[in-house]
Amino acid sequence: MRRYSFSFSIHSTSRRYRGGRSRASPPESQISGWPIESFSTKWWIFAKDYQPIRAALLNSVLVATGAMIIASILGTLVAFALKGFEFFGRATVNLLVVLPIALPGVVTGVAFSNTYSNFLSPAGFNIGYFGMIVAHATFCIVMVFNNVFARLKRMNPHLQEASADLGAGLWQTFRLVTFPQFRTAFVAGALLAFALSFDEVVVTIFTAPPGVDTLPLWILKEMARPNQASVVNVVATVVILLSLIPVYISQRLTQERQ
Amino acid sequence: MMSTATESRPISTYLFRRPRVRLFSLLALPMTWIVGVYILSLFLLLITAFWYVDPFTSLVRPGFTLDNFQAVFTEPAYISTSLRTLWIALAVTILSVIFAVPLGLYMAKIAPAWLRNALAVAITLPLWAGYLVKIIAMRLVFTEEGFFNWLMAPFGIKGPGFSMPIVILTLTYLWFPYMALPVYTAIRQIPTNLFDASSDLGARGFMTIYRVVIPLITPAIIAGSVFTFSLSLGDYLAARFTGGATQMIGSMIAANINLNPPMAAAFSMVPITFVVIYLMVARRTGSLERM
Repeated sequence: MRRYSFSFSIHSTSRRYRGGRSRASPPESQISGWPIESFSTKWWIFAKDYQPIRAALLNSVLVATGAMIIASILGTLVAFALKGFEFFGRATVNLLVVLPIALPGVVTGVAFSNTYSNFLSPAGFNIGYFGMIVAHATFCIVMVFNNVFARLKRMNPHLQEASADLGAGLWQTFRLVTFPQFRTAFVAGALLAFALSFDEVVVTIFTAPPGVDTLPLWILKEMARPNQASVVNVVATVVILLSLIPVYISQRLTQERQ
Repeated sequence: MMSTATESRPISTYLFRRPRVRLFSLLALPMTWIVGVYILSLFLLLITAFWYVDPFTSLVRPGFTLDNFQAVFTEPAYISTSLRTLWIALAVTILSVIFAVPLGLYMAKIAPAWLRNALAVAITLPLWAGYLVKIIAMRLVFTEEGFFNWLMAPFGIKGPGFSMPIVILTLTYLWFPYMALPVYTAIRQIPTNLFDASSDLGARGFMTIYRVVIPLITPAIIAGSVFTFSLSLGDYLAARFTGGATQMIGSMIAANINLNPPMAAAFSMVPITFVVIYLMVARRTGSLERM
């Protein structure tokens, strides 16, 4: 846990560094060692205005949001199908939903990358940025599915019948009776999907179009060259916070109902 | 979408009477996505494995050659990498079980409530604390000037440096929560009087764990091992950053993806085969329902 400590400030030195906004080169860095020698916030200030980091953050948020929306819809649909019906191939459907996270990320990444570059591109279709979202959405489905499915299993099925008896249509029943009962599980699953996508790196390596970085991808590239080690610690802390906050909210949402 | 004002609801009535249509309309979209995008991609990967790279233009050419698969099964470098990776994944899984069972027993049956909750949070949080960040952490701990050597220097102990044991340790650290959480949940569901009964019948602690606890939590262990096994099997960043010269299946796939995609595709079939066999076995035990 000590790796963040380099970047945390004990005494506030931030004001001193606020002047140099458009700094061309990063402040002089040292490779992280142990024990810690000094504390400062200069890397936080540097990271805040550093264009590649801002672009990577924007990409991460866009991709995670896109993946979250797609996964929320698909995961909920599968959860309803597996909850309400006994049918041939039910176990297979369950397996298919789990498969994208059960198979190693490198396989998922290579499979998508192969489809994009060896099949879609020759056919004249360049998927580009959206390919990353498609790949992320695929392995995020299971997050929403798990949460919604677990809640549906505990719900009272007679409420929906009662609603139909009282003359509500399927959509009205869903909107007024069913959805409010699993809303928190739905939001919790969606947040987990966001966090999963935000943190993902292996699939991203293979599916990101050239020149596009997400935050984890940016960290990965920086890890290859040690001279900016300290600013990597800052970005790593941001990644942790931005994936922990959704998870924390999601845990709160699922616990409230128990 | 639907007429909420009128008394008759043709679509709702229609769907209500036809569960097959309802099921189909629920599954159509997600199955189109998973099968039409993901499974199709895996299938195309299999097809690419039979293609070849034009030696003059270095472009991928459709065709049919078994050379790539032949290389996977005959080249010593590929065989040894496959076996090494399999070994690492099994070691990570076994290590995780060895840590998870006592921890789960302690949390579920011995620890006071506050400590149990604290430990549950301590297991869950790192799961979301950033994959790369954890690899950086392990790197900083086990590097030459790192925390481990600093801590152990007074005892005259020196860490092994970046090598295969550190890869196993890093992967265990990364995937341990996937094992610990289902095992803990399963142990919590064992009624306490089973432990009393076992000790009444004369079993000591280890006998009770071996004959009572382990059989009851086997489905949970299998569910957890699907993750520890398959995530380790495909990982290559841990090997790259904490393994020194250690090569894993993932490293070789990643190294080939740009130069020789058909070779990478053929080699990808190795982890897919391992994982699918593992999933089939796991599904037979009914453990997948818990995931």
